[in-house]
Amino acid sequence: MECIVNGKRAHAATGGIEPKAGAPVLVLIHGAGMDGTVWQLQSRYLAARGVRVFAVDLPGHGGSEGPALASVEDMADWVIAFMDAAGIKQAAVAGHSMGALIAVELAARHPEKVKAVGLLGVAAEMPVHPDLIAAADAGGPLAPELVTDWGFGRISHIGGHPQPGLWVMGAAEQLLESAKPGVLAGDLRACDVYKKAAEQSTGVACPVRIVAGDEDKMTPLKNAKPLMGQFKDAALDVLGRTGHMMMLERPREVAKSLRDLAAL
Amino acid sequence: MVQPKFLKFDTLSLHAGQQPDPATGARAVPIYQTTSYVFEDTDHAAALYNLEQPGHIYSRLSNPTVAVLEERVAALEGGVGAVATASGMAALFLAVATLMDKGGHIVASGSIYGGSHNLFTYTLPRFGIETTFVNPRKPDAFKAAIKENTRLVFAETLGNPGIEVLDLPAVADVAHAAGLPLLIDSTFTTPYLMRPFDFGADIVMHSLTKFIGGHGVAIGGCLVDSGKFDWRASGKFPTLTEPYAGYAGIDFADEFGPQAFLMRARAEGMKDFGACLSPANAFYILQGLETLPLRMQKHVANALKVAAFLDAADEVEWVNHPSVPSHPDHALAAKLLPKGAGSIMSFGIKGGRAAGRKFIENVQLASHLANIGDAKTLVIHPGSTTHQQMSAEALAAAGIGENLIRLSVGIEDADDIIQDLKSALRASQKG
Repeated sequence: MECIVNGKRAHAATGGIEPKAGAPVLVLIHGAGMDGTVWQLQSRYLAARGVRVFAVDLPGHGGSEGPALASVEDMADWVIAFMDAAGIKQAAVAGHSMGALIAVELAARHPEKVKAVGLLGVAAEMPVHPDLIAAADAGGPLAPELVTDWGFGRISHIGGHPQPGLWVMGAAEQLLESAKPGVLAGDLRACDVYKKAAEQSTGVACPVRIVAGDEDKMTPLKNAKPLMGQFKDAALDVLGRTGHMMMLERPREVAKSLRDLAAL
Repeated sequence: MVQPKFLKFDTLSLHAGQQPDPATGARAVPIYQTTSYVFEDTDHAAALYNLEQPGHIYSRLSNPTVAVLEERVAALEGGVGAVATASGMAALFLAVATLMDKGGHIVASGSIYGGSHNLFTYTLPRFGIETTFVNPRKPDAFKAAIKENTRLVFAETLGNPGIEVLDLPAVADVAHAAGLPLLIDSTFTTPYLMRPFDFGADIVMHSLTKFIGGHGVAIGGCLVDSGKFDWRASGKFPTLTEPYAGYAGIDFADEFGPQAFLMRARAEGMKDFGACLSPANAFYILQGLETLPLRMQKHVANALKVAAFLDAADEVEWVNHPSVPSHPDHALAAKLLPKGAGSIMSFGIKGGRAAGRKFIENVQLASHLANIGDAKTLVIHPGSTTHQQMSAEALAAAGIGENLIRLSVGIEDADDIIQDLKSALRASQKG
């Protein structure tokens, strides 16, 4: 679906089913340099089970008009503006990686808009290796390759994905390579400088569900735990033999977690 | 600067796409010889049919053994995924049918496999799809042939049987400037010698029957997608960017992003055309794929020796292999194919058609048959076999003379191959 947000075209995947009024709403927010198709192995599943799914493309990503936004705070404001434009009064909001920081920020600032929060691959802070930012600034395949290498657990480096014919590492790398110039670097900087997740998490009163991969090198589980105690109602689900790209690595498990989240 | 630590080519050839079998712990890839798969419940069945969850329904659409092969080839090519097919020709037809409707147009190299040439020349026009053939050595000719209704540019990494080296980056630029994808048949080179995606190709097809299988025991093909082509930006591919009524109104680009082409090819093409690869054949091909790097090293090492021998032989008028310094694409091959320009070559025998027949009838180690890329050395006379349906003009345009012999150099001892050729050449010149 498309709508106009702040005067610009915004796009969100809806899982192939026109959202029905009155059904529970789930807004999905992708991570750095990606777009809403990263939820492709969950969005149709959820939509077919009565959830109104909006897998948004942040500005400058996927089918949403640019420019890309420079800070997590601005991205959170944009998601709220998107919800207003799409007529969503309240929703469960789930984010992956940078999208998880956005979800925390908007849940703290707009508690009336957020019914439940899902955080996938989250950490209290997400410092980004300077070499990775430099590679993203330079353009070319290196930065997408590094994110892909670090983003997947050991099993995915060999394969055996449940989706027939899918080489999931190549798919993730290509998704990152398809980002417009400068978008990945800008997103990585936004993650690097955002230090407010712990502070903002104290203001989140709704239920929070954290999904973590036990082989996540980018947001290791130990870096998510400081957030756990700050939320008023939090639960943790750790996926075994899984890295940071859990939606692609464990499509079925993540789909079920998101379905549970939407039902809260 | 830090570098990624991906598994290397040789490792992926052995392992990519497979975990030890979860049911039995089997280390080898099991042959899942089954037509269909039991659903956990009705909800699971519905989820599979609606492409909501990954899994298998029916082996025409997907199969666990075939899926290992698909994932492995995709990993080796650096693509986002693959769809395996009953043969290389099935892969080519699947690509065309996924990308265009009647009224579509293809710009293709004129120096391609005879079966592909036949599909483009005689069969696809029956369905309203026309093809313009161009000289693969002239990227500008591809450009000049593109029309408003063109939907695909097609060529082989190495021409058949002229062994022209495609200037892949230049042809890719031409295709992309026109908003078109470039499909490359990479059968002759395999991902070991060249990964066409690294040079701008958008989709790669293989006849897996050839070097990838290598043993000459199973027919198969596949399409691999780079995921790089922007179907939405091109605006010429409604099959990928508009809702498909045949599958619950899916807009493939919207839902699946870089996997749009493969998802449509499987959801429509495997379902409706049904040219699926059997699990047993996938297993056989996987056995070959495990040793692809080792075999290709031997293939190209032998090809160098055989090409040098033929180049110096008195009974041979000319040799077409990019390793020969006089080959017009010698420098381009060194740039695009640094590990070697494959082991297919052609040569012109002195004495024309009659000498060619005698040569074929006198080889003993080499086999006279219609295949290439076997571990065993193969020979054929294209003018009377693989390309016999082409007109004299088309043969000439493809560089195929009556005296042309095509040779697929195997991995036997190079001295034995050369001795066999030497004695057959000698016999060919006797009255």
